[in-house]
Amino acid sequence: MSPDKKTLVKMYETMSRIRLFETKLQEFFAAGRIPGFVHLYIGEEAVATGACAGLTNADKITSTHRGHGHLIAKGGDLKLMMAEIFGRKTGYCKGKGGSMHIADFDLGILGANGIVGGGGPLALGSALASKYSKTNAVTVCFFGDGASNQGTTQEALNMASAWKLPLVFVNENNGYGISCPQCKSMAVTDIADRAAAYDMPGVVVDGNDVLAVFEAVTEAVKRARHGEGPSLIECKTYRWRGHFEGDACTYRCDEELKEWMAKDPIPRMEEKLLESGVLKKKDVEAIRARIEQEVKDAVDFAEGSPLPSPAELLEDVYA
Amino acid sequence: MSKKTYLQALNEALRQEMERDDKVFIIGEDVGRFGGCFGVTQGLFTQFGEGRVMDTPITESAIVGTAAGAAASGLRPVAELMFVDFIGVAMDQLFNQACKMRFMFGGKAKVPMTLRMPQGAGIGAAAQHSQSLEAWFMHIPGLKVVIPSTPYDAKGLLISAIRDDNPVVFLEHKLLYGVEGEVPDESYTIDLGKADVKREGADVTIVATSLMVHTALAAAEKLAAEGISAEVVDPRSLQPLDKATILASVEKTHALVIAHEAVGFAGPGAEIAAMVAEEGLEFLDAPIRRVAAPFCPVPFSPPLEQAYIPGVDDIFNAVKTIR
Repeated sequence: MSPDKKTLVKMYETMSRIRLFETKLQEFFAAGRIPGFVHLYIGEEAVATGACAGLTNADKITSTHRGHGHLIAKGGDLKLMMAEIFGRKTGYCKGKGGSMHIADFDLGILGANGIVGGGGPLALGSALASKYSKTNAVTVCFFGDGASNQGTTQEALNMASAWKLPLVFVNENNGYGISCPQCKSMAVTDIADRAAAYDMPGVVVDGNDVLAVFEAVTEAVKRARHGEGPSLIECKTYRWRGHFEGDACTYRCDEELKEWMAKDPIPRMEEKLLESGVLKKKDVEAIRARIEQEVKDAVDFAEGSPLPSPAELLEDVYA
Repeated sequence: MSKKTYLQALNEALRQEMERDDKVFIIGEDVGRFGGCFGVTQGLFTQFGEGRVMDTPITESAIVGTAAGAAASGLRPVAELMFVDFIGVAMDQLFNQACKMRFMFGGKAKVPMTLRMPQGAGIGAAAQHSQSLEAWFMHIPGLKVVIPSTPYDAKGLLISAIRDDNPVVFLEHKLLYGVEGEVPDESYTIDLGKADVKREGADVTIVATSLMVHTALAAAEKLAAEGISAEVVDPRSLQPLDKATILASVEKTHALVIAHEAVGFAGPGAEIAAMVAEEGLEFLDAPIRRVAAPFCPVPFSPPLEQAYIPGVDDIFNAVKTIR
């Protein structure tokens, strides 16, 4: 399915929003203005964007420790995100989650997980609930190449297939589980090959091509929605930054990074939109200016927001 | 009201809750036609069908995680692990996922899941099928821990656990499944966090859980024959813990013995003893005693297993050192 013009522009905007938001975080982290640590998604924007562009508000996702992009792609509010990352009480999680657990249940996000592979079983539950309640909603489970080796992921793939759950597994293969390259952590070249073991479709796509991701995931979502069960989409991509900000990246070479930076998903999409006349240069500039303003507003909101009070510590432990 | 076994009481609780609320469903290994490892879900598959009584692969992380994800999506799952010992495989999905969702994501999530698990020694099931792990669960903020000792309590507490909007671990003792008691036929709840005084007494308080409640009651009989009046308090849930009932009892008797089948070191008794030392030391006129399993895995051979499980004489003798 080809996306309409509105969707094309929206995807371009979403990728730009993730990039500009995280570029600001990178800057703030370096300046020591963010507590804790952050895992940036820069370079991988096309995956979350393409995967979420065809979802409805009722559809669910499970996110990961590198989850800012997923939340933005699902419609997250930059103000509430920035406030959370700054540890403010106005943030999405009232300052109790931080960068790694930034999620909005109201947007159908069942958490952003600090445990690699932790989201698979939860995604099963979400998909089961849709089937049980006949809501027609689909769940997208994001997980990395590292998570693909966890037992929980294999359990989720197996049970989703055995029970034909409305679930789409979107693998973000950025080549490294922290410092360990894929070739040292698994014998397969394509994680999508593992789909065969569970008798579900396994597709490899260029994870830096937002249209390719959109098409593959949309097809898988359609399949899931029609009761035909799960699929595994492997999106080959690369993180430009380290595993976390401050990671010296001694485990990879500059040439490799440069190669992938040349495949930056955002200019690729921009060129396509300009060539096809969907956007003009001035539209691109206007989009950028608007998102820069959104990010600035988010920073102002976060900085102007109060920190949580210690009295709130014991809130929300129990319902 | 009629006589029912602990197992029948649990089964009735499940049936009545499933009849009342179509969001309640059962998920676990062999819970369907097979009726559950110990038979607790017997007949439910026939009544409710595979759509609500779901047999899973042997995949504990997926069972617990599916329950958590479904609960966070508005359903009310009751998951069963065949033996509490299997929680080690699935612990992440319980303590890092289910129990933190509400806190970590800004108070929006509700995770109304119940996780039923049989525990305890006494059937020769050896080291990986016989443990009592309640202390692990007591240490997890966001989780409630329920541990019934009688058929009446089992039914009312299970119904409360299912209706609770938090993750609840529900620990059944294998040797209690066949124990009989009076149980109302209609549905009823027992508040989580409300202890029950199983026997009133004046000279010593015995706080006991699960199977040890029965052992403590037998010890109390034996003590009575020697003129010592023991009060037996069953907390029924360890998180929340009914401190007030325990403290009130100790204030009356001035002496405390704690009995449980979990290993003694850092066991539930350590928390109860510490609580009484902090909040009721002035009530005591004797040292606190704990009766618990020794610090070793559960053994197989019958004489070893019997030596492992605290018995009537262990509780009797512990009381005799202070009374």
